[in-house]
Amino acid sequence: MAASDFTASLTPPIPATTSAPRSAISELLHDKAAAIGLAFILLIVFLALFAPLVAPYDPAAQSIMARLKPPVWMARGTWEHLLGTDNLGRDVLSRIIWGARATLTIGAVTCLLAATLGTVVGLWAGFIGGRTDSVLMRLVDIQVSFPGILLILLVVAVLGPGVWTLVAVLSVTNWMVYARLVRGIVSSTRQTPYVEAAEVIGCRPARVIFRHILPNIVSPLLTLAILEFTNIVLAEAAVSFLGFGVQPPATSWGLDVASGRDYLFIAWWLVTFPGLAIVVTVLSINLFANWLRVTTDPEEREKRFARAETAKRRRARRRVGA
Amino acid sequence: MLEFIVRRLFQGILVVFGVTATVFVVTRLVGDPVALMLPLSATEAQRAAFAQQIGLDQPIVTQFLRFVGDIATLDFGNSLWQRRPAIEVVFERLPNTLLLIAAGLGAAVMLSIPLGAVSALRPGGLVDRLTMSVGLLGLAMPQFWLGLVAIVIFAVTLKWLPTSGMGTAAHLVLPALTLSLTPLARFTMMVRASMIDELNKPYVKTARAKGLGLTRILRVHTLRNILVPFLSISGWELISTLSGYTVVVETVFAWPGLGLTAVQAIQRGDLFLMQAIVFVIAFLIVLIGIVLDILSKAVDPRMELN
Amino acid sequence: MTMPLLEIDNLHVCFDTRAGTVQALRGVSLSVAPGETLGIVGESGSGKSVTAQAVMGLIDVPGRISGGEILWQGQPLAGVDVTRAARGIWGREITMIFQNPMTSLNPLMTIGAQIAEVVELHMGFDRRAARQRAAELLSAVGIAGAERRLGQYPHEFSGGMRQRVMIAMGIACEPKLLIADEPTTALDVTIQAQILELLAELQEKMGLAIVLITHDLGIVAGLCHRVAVMYAGQIVETGPVDAIFENPSHPYTQGLIRSTPGLDADEERLTAIDGAPPGLLRPPSGCAFLPRCPIGDEGCRAPQRLRAVGSGTVACRKAGEQAWREAV
Repeated sequence: MAASDFTASLTPPIPATTSAPRSAISELLHDKAAAIGLAFILLIVFLALFAPLVAPYDPAAQSIMARLKPPVWMARGTWEHLLGTDNLGRDVLSRIIWGARATLTIGAVTCLLAATLGTVVGLWAGFIGGRTDSVLMRLVDIQVSFPGILLILLVVAVLGPGVWTLVAVLSVTNWMVYARLVRGIVSSTRQTPYVEAAEVIGCRPARVIFRHILPNIVSPLLTLAILEFTNIVLAEAAVSFLGFGVQPPATSWGLDVASGRDYLFIAWWLVTFPGLAIVVTVLSINLFANWLRVTTDPEEREKRFARAETAKRRRARRRVGA
Repeated sequence: MLEFIVRRLFQGILVVFGVTATVFVVTRLVGDPVALMLPLSATEAQRAAFAQQIGLDQPIVTQFLRFVGDIATLDFGNSLWQRRPAIEVVFERLPNTLLLIAAGLGAAVMLSIPLGAVSALRPGGLVDRLTMSVGLLGLAMPQFWLGLVAIVIFAVTLKWLPTSGMGTAAHLVLPALTLSLTPLARFTMMVRASMIDELNKPYVKTARAKGLGLTRILRVHTLRNILVPFLSISGWELISTLSGYTVVVETVFAWPGLGLTAVQAIQRGDLFLMQAIVFVIAFLIVLIGIVLDILSKAVDPRMELN
Repeated sequence: MTMPLLEIDNLHVCFDTRAGTVQALRGVSLSVAPGETLGIVGESGSGKSVTAQAVMGLIDVPGRISGGEILWQGQPLAGVDVTRAARGIWGREITMIFQNPMTSLNPLMTIGAQIAEVVELHMGFDRRAARQRAAELLSAVGIAGAERRLGQYPHEFSGGMRQRVMIAMGIACEPKLLIADEPTTALDVTIQAQILELLAELQEKMGLAIVLITHDLGIVAGLCHRVAVMYAGQIVETGPVDAIFENPSHPYTQGLIRSTPGLDADEERLTAIDGAPPGLLRPPSGCAFLPRCPIGDEGCRAPQRLRAVGSGTVACRKAGEQAWREAV
């Protein structure tokens, strides 16, 4: 009790959001992992946006002469194909760059659709309350217990595989988390005095939602969407790996791992690099999202400071002891 | 307690009904089971005969009632691929999947509690930073990729373990470890976070004021308190493993479980087998949910039984 | 005078926050004699709880003891290297009960197990004997049906009953000193009186010394022998309870008494002390009460030390002057 009591009562209030963007950047640079994460995110977004300009080759261009070339630093590698080529002579680097495009598009569109659907349902349930609320939330409960990927596979099998089928199915199976979050925030915000006051003085429901409730939802919703984005990336990769997602000749990291699988023992780079692309993407997003979550929460920030302080003190003590 | 179980069962039935309705809509209304299940070369007469055989010529409501009735009696039709009742195939493969999950999740549970606890004792310390790094990597690695990398390293290069298939205990090691990494990462982070939370609660101050050592406080006091959230997250992880991760891992390691069977069924257009798998897994998920709720209530005396 | 049980000498505690270092305790010295009841009063943030937690070794990150000494019967109690030895003292010879009985008990352990635990640890009782002892203790703190109640969980107890359980744990090993940190603040008024009565009764029976931390002067008046008044991380006045109430020397003590209902017989109206305590990020070097003090002047900007005045000690160069006379 004592510590929080003190910091709460005796320190001048620390502004929750840093006034200048410059100080946010300096704070980000302080956390090396998060800064590197953000740098990678920006790099991947850049590659995805400018794939046609950045990629050295057409990802689908085959070349029988240059089949299964290893990466440049290996004995038989050439500078023409930095990360080597696959069994059809296609450039691995170019395929990874174009794959970023597929992955980010599917992830972004799915997140947007699912978040929109979830937010609307959540707002509706939280705002109307009563019977509507319990019916909607029961629906969420039921759908949450559906057998995830298996059901996706069944749907894809029936509808035929493809990017848009995948986006549609992933959206329909991922909206529930948003609905739960939004509904939770709405029903707790509605009980705060300022919203009650707004309702008492006769604000119309639409105004209450848009002026008073929505601003409270944006930050947690964004954090959730970022984390969900990584789940979508992993799910897309898995479904494409199984052969039910993105179809050739289009590219996707999961698909590339699957097609490299047959050459696992003679051309390790075919599986390794697309897989690494997935790992780096998800890891970067997680690192950055984690930092963002802590930084936008004053209490968490104080805790992070305290932890760093203890670690510093412990190291200093050890140095003195040694 | 009995009333709670009954209510929970009722909710379970709702879930299964929801799955039934979804599957019905997807397979009968959106898709065309005849086109899906018969080869392209099938004649018009063959198609009509097949449609009649599975009742597609009946009104929609009759079809749905028959569909529900079949499921209630566990009659999912014959697997086209295996040419025997689909449910038989499911029950034959299910134990393999359960074995894999038990090994993988078991390892994750066993390792995560000590790792998370040690990390929580010294947040920012060496063990903590190491655990968190491995955890973040674990959450970022797609299991199909991890499995392939593990095959290259441990089976092909080092030749310590078999690459795939099922048979000896050695066959189980790589798939189980691959399956365990994501849950392990998630469990460890959860144990660490809730342990740090618990250690800041007033009752821990009381325990310290009693003169108890940190190890005893951890073992006797806080562990008990994180058990309830741990149960619920491990339930979730069990459910996602059962309905997702196993499909991928079994495919990579050619492990003859339900997940691999599902992929094979889809590749062969074997809709009846796929339906049987989806329903059995849905049943299992509902069952796990109920068992977990009962367990949580048994652990936490505060929970009212409603 | 016999050797004091507990002696705190020039104790400094600070908390490292993002905004800077908060100096929560700035040179606190006090002592507790065997069998006496010492009240520590002050508003929230004055450092009374931090003092208690420092004694119990409960100062956690981001806080730390940055100077001074805590002696238990002449032996050092706090510091990096003595914690192991001190563990046999905490819970055995010095015990503590906390402000909020609703959260201070482990919600998932039975009351019996939580009481038995401490006697098993410190007195080497086996399980059966510990349980027997736990039942005796519950009866001793006035909980009926002890045998049955041992198997119950905290949520089955009311707030007052839980505080009784905390007290039972506190006296389980027949300690020499019990520190009670706002033991009744979270309870209903009627229950408060019962708990205080119980503490007084136990003290008489066991010859226990009690440090009672509170912001409520009324409680101090009823229960304590001696009082220490804290303000902004320092002790500003100490003395026997009668002397302090009849003739408070420090302007802050005078203001505190004037603003407490039912204590000041002379005044009919209650008056508040204007202003707020100083922030402890950059505490003033002189008297911390100066900005709110009606009689303070330039001379009060110099550090004020506790000095003997009458039967107590005061940290005010104008000790004894009536600070608030003209305010009425």
